[in-house]
Amino acid sequence: MAEEKEFRIPIGPQHPALKEPVSFTLALRGEKIMGVDVRLGYNHRGIEKACEERTYIQDVYLVERICGICSHAHSTCFVQAVEEIAGLEVPKRALYIRTLIGELERVHSHLLWLGVAAHEIGFDTLLMFTWRDREVVMDVLALLTGNRVNYGINTIGGVRRDIDKEEIKEILKAMDILEDRTKYYIEVATQETTVVQRLSGVGILSCEDALRLGAVGPTARASSVARDIRRDDPYAAYGEMKFDVITDDHNDVYGRAVVRLKELLESFKMIRQSMANLPEGPIAVKAPRKIPAGEAVSRYEAPRGEDMHYVKANGTDKPERVKVRAPTLANVQAVRHMLRDRYLADMPIVVAAIDPCFSCTDRLISVNDMDKNRTDTLEWQDLRDYSIEWYKKRGVDFSKMRKLK
Amino acid sequence: MINALVAILIFPGFLFLSAFALFAEYADRKIYARLQNRVGPPIFQPFADIIKLIAKEEIIPEDANPQMFKLAPLFALTAAVTSIFYIPMWMTGALFSFTGDAIVVLYLLTIPTLSFFIGGWYSSSLFARIGSVRAVVALFSYEVPLFMGVLSSCMLADTWSLSGVAVFYEKHPWFWLFNLIGFGVALTALLGKLEKGPFDIPEAETEIVAGGFTEYSGRFLAILRMTIDMEMVVGASLLAAVFLPFGLMFTPIIGFIIYICKVLFVVACISLMRTVVARLRIDQMIEFCWKYLVPLGMLQLLLNFIIKGVILK
Amino acid sequence: MRFGKTKLGKMAMEVLKTFFQKPITILYPAEKIEMPEKFRGKLIFHPEKCIGCQLCVKDCPSNAIKIKKLPDGKFEAEIDLDKCIYCAQCVDSCPKKALEATKDVELAQLDSNKLKVILNAGPEEKPQK
Repeated sequence: MAEEKEFRIPIGPQHPALKEPVSFTLALRGEKIMGVDVRLGYNHRGIEKACEERTYIQDVYLVERICGICSHAHSTCFVQAVEEIAGLEVPKRALYIRTLIGELERVHSHLLWLGVAAHEIGFDTLLMFTWRDREVVMDVLALLTGNRVNYGINTIGGVRRDIDKEEIKEILKAMDILEDRTKYYIEVATQETTVVQRLSGVGILSCEDALRLGAVGPTARASSVARDIRRDDPYAAYGEMKFDVITDDHNDVYGRAVVRLKELLESFKMIRQSMANLPEGPIAVKAPRKIPAGEAVSRYEAPRGEDMHYVKANGTDKPERVKVRAPTLANVQAVRHMLRDRYLADMPIVVAAIDPCFSCTDRLISVNDMDKNRTDTLEWQDLRDYSIEWYKKRGVDFSKMRKLK
Repeated sequence: MINALVAILIFPGFLFLSAFALFAEYADRKIYARLQNRVGPPIFQPFADIIKLIAKEEIIPEDANPQMFKLAPLFALTAAVTSIFYIPMWMTGALFSFTGDAIVVLYLLTIPTLSFFIGGWYSSSLFARIGSVRAVVALFSYEVPLFMGVLSSCMLADTWSLSGVAVFYEKHPWFWLFNLIGFGVALTALLGKLEKGPFDIPEAETEIVAGGFTEYSGRFLAILRMTIDMEMVVGASLLAAVFLPFGLMFTPIIGFIIYICKVLFVVACISLMRTVVARLRIDQMIEFCWKYLVPLGMLQLLLNFIIKGVILK
Repeated sequence: MRFGKTKLGKMAMEVLKTFFQKPITILYPAEKIEMPEKFRGKLIFHPEKCIGCQLCVKDCPSNAIKIKKLPDGKFEAEIDLDKCIYCAQCVDSCPKKALEATKDVELAQLDSNKLKVILNAGPEEKPQK
């Protein structure tokens, strides 16, 4: 057979498969993908710079609007970092309420993901059904916080709104309904022939590759990497809750779907636990307007993976530097690897399986070398070596640190 | 002469077929929506879509071949309209019938697929090229089961003419029950021809924008959408004529109403089938059609052979 | 139909049941739904309680509210409805509880000048409960 010519097809920035602008340029030979070229940056809004011009209390709302679906994740992560710098002791009730809203947001996000993944494989019926059930969660969130997305429940030092007995009853009612529906969706996703055919064997990412490429969240957990910030580095009220970290060994998109669906069941468990153990007390402590100098890194298990915020304060009422590393940035490196030698028809579902949120992702990551007066990019290994050198100069030796499994 | 013109242009030709096609699209979309717990479009929605498209500007890509680009939709529409004349609608005789018109109808239904290929290929857009090639590859998969299903029923009736099929089943009232496997096979293959359901890979919205139709706009897109709707009506009528041939002995008016009901029943089956499945990849579609549909079609043919030999002698 | 461990058309029974149920769509604007109690919609202002401390202006994330002193000693609040993000931080920051959030969300206008409103909760404008 004669050598087929490769042609390049642009998926994005505008494409029906993508919910947000990103550019994948695929090199195709017939229906087979030979290579992928990823370009990010279409959603860059200068949020990190904007945070430096606003006070901390204004930044809570700005950081919340980095993304619509992981809004509570970003807000809580930021507020945790600021509270750590200021040395504030957040009351227990506030921590439980934050956990509750976080888990409700996870339920909302996973149901949304299920619908979007179904749409990408052409199964609009499942999209309509899951999004109908997602309305139950959004109504509960509107009841508790006052808005369906961008909840605005966090403030520095605690939460802004309390929960009463009526609302607890509503939450538990909603949990019963959703648990029924989730069990049905697990059946559909694992037993419907066409769905299993489209999801199995697609987007394979082995355990070693997941660790090497830095995948986080359900993308990594579906490749047997048992990493979950809620268990490894507990924050809010997770230290006092019993839950399982769901992993799966299918290594493909089917595994990711199973992990997310089972995480929904875990979330229902956690919500019920937090309702049963809700401690009494105040919901916030008074926070100073001027945060003393210091810096902190805070991590949060967003529905998509590990979200990381770095805040540096300098004693004024505006932060000096805020840096956000969203989970999708870590997962998008794996997409190139997953798409090699697959078909064009697999592209939408592989991209959708990492649950992309490019609004979260687009922050600036270029390195300005002031000595050599040029802008360079650092590879992963270079960045690791650089950080080990930096800490060595300050007396801490990380080079012998055992690689976390 | 006047009779023929009225037949071609008004009933059961262009005007009636257009109206019925738009109504069938409404029925399909409404049933699809209600199965998903939604409201669905109002009855005039497909008509409003066509009017809106006709009023919009046509944009022809610079690299496209203008003649082929413009001619392809017209070929498709003509073929779809021509095929309605051979289907028996209100009595056992169709408007124009001759021996072998079942095969002619099946051939005429293939022409729109080839026109979509030509239109998509000469659009010179990457997405359109991929979509049009997929349409032809899909043609290789569903054509054989469709032929097998339809012709197995004709074979039982010992004639290749649709009117002859109607006459045969009028004489032997319950023999259409023998063809149920063939009905299932032909219905699934019809989903492939109409590019719906698990086989809508040539027009996969989330992968290649709109497949072969990507560069079409304005009047041409209106013609293409009308063609797809007419194909659905013709395909459903063909299946109704061959697999559900009862109720043709009443007066023409009642027979006509029964025909409408049968076509809407086939359309409802199509809607249900496309609601409950996801989209297959092209290689999975080929595997499914050749591994499962073709053996079932052959089984139906064998069954009909035996019945013809044993029962009818 | 079964294919190995999977079933083709698994959702068939569910969709057929749904066919006979009422659609879940709310036909807005013919039908409207009631917002929950804590919903943060358009603000109202009680000028008799305001002391002009400007804490709400300082804390607003989008600089949407301005408090102006009137010649007779009272205060008025001017809100830019398209800058406001309806976070109700000003409601929490006010030491005298002079601002309150209502459930009013139908605020769309064709002319953007109409979106700069002066709030004065007079005796006839009661908070929507």
